[in-house]
Amino acid sequence: MAKILVVTSGKGGVGKTTSTASLGAALAQSGQRVVVVDFDVGLRNLDLVMGAERRVVFDLINVVQGDAKLAQALIRDKRVDTLSLLPASQTRDKDALTEEGVAKVLAELREKFDWIICDSPAGIEKGATLAMYNADAAVVVTNPEVSSVRDSDRIIGLLDSKTKRAEKGERMEKHLLLTRYDTARAARGEMLKTDDVLEILSIPLLGIIPESEEVLRASNIGAPITLSNPASAAGRAYFDAAKRLRGEDIPMTVPVERRGLMGKLFGRRVA
Amino acid sequence: MDWLARLDEQIERAPGFFHKRPVVLDLSVTQLNEPGIRALLSELQARDIRIIGMEGADPSVQNLDVPGWPPMLNGGRAASGIEVPDEPPPAPPEPEEPACLLISEPIRSGQSIVFPKGDVTIVGSVGSGAEVMAGGSIHIYGALRGRAIAGMLGNPNARIFCRRMDAELLAIDGLYRTAEDMDPALRGRPVQAWLDRDSIVMAPLD
Repeated sequence: MAKILVVTSGKGGVGKTTSTASLGAALAQSGQRVVVVDFDVGLRNLDLVMGAERRVVFDLINVVQGDAKLAQALIRDKRVDTLSLLPASQTRDKDALTEEGVAKVLAELREKFDWIICDSPAGIEKGATLAMYNADAAVVVTNPEVSSVRDSDRIIGLLDSKTKRAEKGERMEKHLLLTRYDTARAARGEMLKTDDVLEILSIPLLGIIPESEEVLRASNIGAPITLSNPASAAGRAYFDAAKRLRGEDIPMTVPVERRGLMGKLFGRRVA
Repeated sequence: MDWLARLDEQIERAPGFFHKRPVVLDLSVTQLNEPGIRALLSELQARDIRIIGMEGADPSVQNLDVPGWPPMLNGGRAASGIEVPDEPPPAPPEPEEPACLLISEPIRSGQSIVFPKGDVTIVGSVGSGAEVMAGGSIHIYGALRGRAIAGMLGNPNARIFCRRMDAELLAIDGLYRTAEDMDPALRGRPVQAWLDRDSIVMAPLD
């Protein structure tokens, strides 16, 4: 049975799209059939992060409105053949999405894949609520900053009230993914501590992704970090998170970069 | 008929009084003739009162050969052990809606709990940007990071209790205090707040 996962946060810029791509790729690399769906209609980015921007012909809106078949719009990844992308439209806006249309597309995707990972737009408006409405589980992406934590709290409240599962009185499975975690700043006490974030949000922790240049570089070259640099700290953190999503019990650590002696000596060069 | 009206009142007060009881009608205080008795009988029947006999009626109406006419009885005496209740019996206590609301989940940012009827108890935290409003007191077994508004309809005796004070705003009976005006020493501690004359007083609970 396919599982619909929504990656959401409320706040923008915390790493939803990067996390969608990385988790999706990590799950696909372990043999699962995965589709990542971009719900950020009008501001699509997932295709860029996945390196598929030059292959987009049809998009989610075309499928919802019946202008294209699902198979025409799905883009299969060239690196991992169990990974597909359903891009968003850049020229339309979120009003072009309808609840029935989205439900129909997701039902069709359920037949073909094990994981349907929906990249939610920022905010709490229609686009975000549509992305989460049909979800079975949610990954709440949060930075260890007060503004991000408060927005995540708001989103968790919406996940518990404005989704199909909530309306049926069922519980929505929620996971916290702490991203852009800076070990150095955390050591200096300049960020919220993991325990504080967990205490405020009180949902289980899926993983801690360290802030790293590698992640930014991966996004820029259009490859999820789990593909471009699987041995990096962030890459390993996403692999662990993906394993936890599949129900494995992995001890929680904050992966750090492995540096050789030369790396340590020259690690602090000016970027 | 006045008497019937009073009978209805009686039945209203004690609905079970005539239920399935055989009743003998004492007509000695009335001067009813046959149509009058007939009318009375039908009125009583309409009230589900079973007449099994009559007493003290005019001899002319005794033992008429009319179907359903109750037979005459003599020498009957008032049944003992039945007291007509004067006062309506105390109504069974209506299942009153509880004047308290219990929530065992965290209140998330943007959520608003409004309960004007009474106290609110929350087993969990109240997030920053969330608010709890109660007609009575507010009890939070967790951190209070949002707003708590107690005694919202005007109740100066309402209080706010929390296991960890980190509130953005407290209000009791229309008087409020923002985080800025709270003693920093109370932050993060179990605290109660109440109204003393016209100001909110806060004190640690431990």
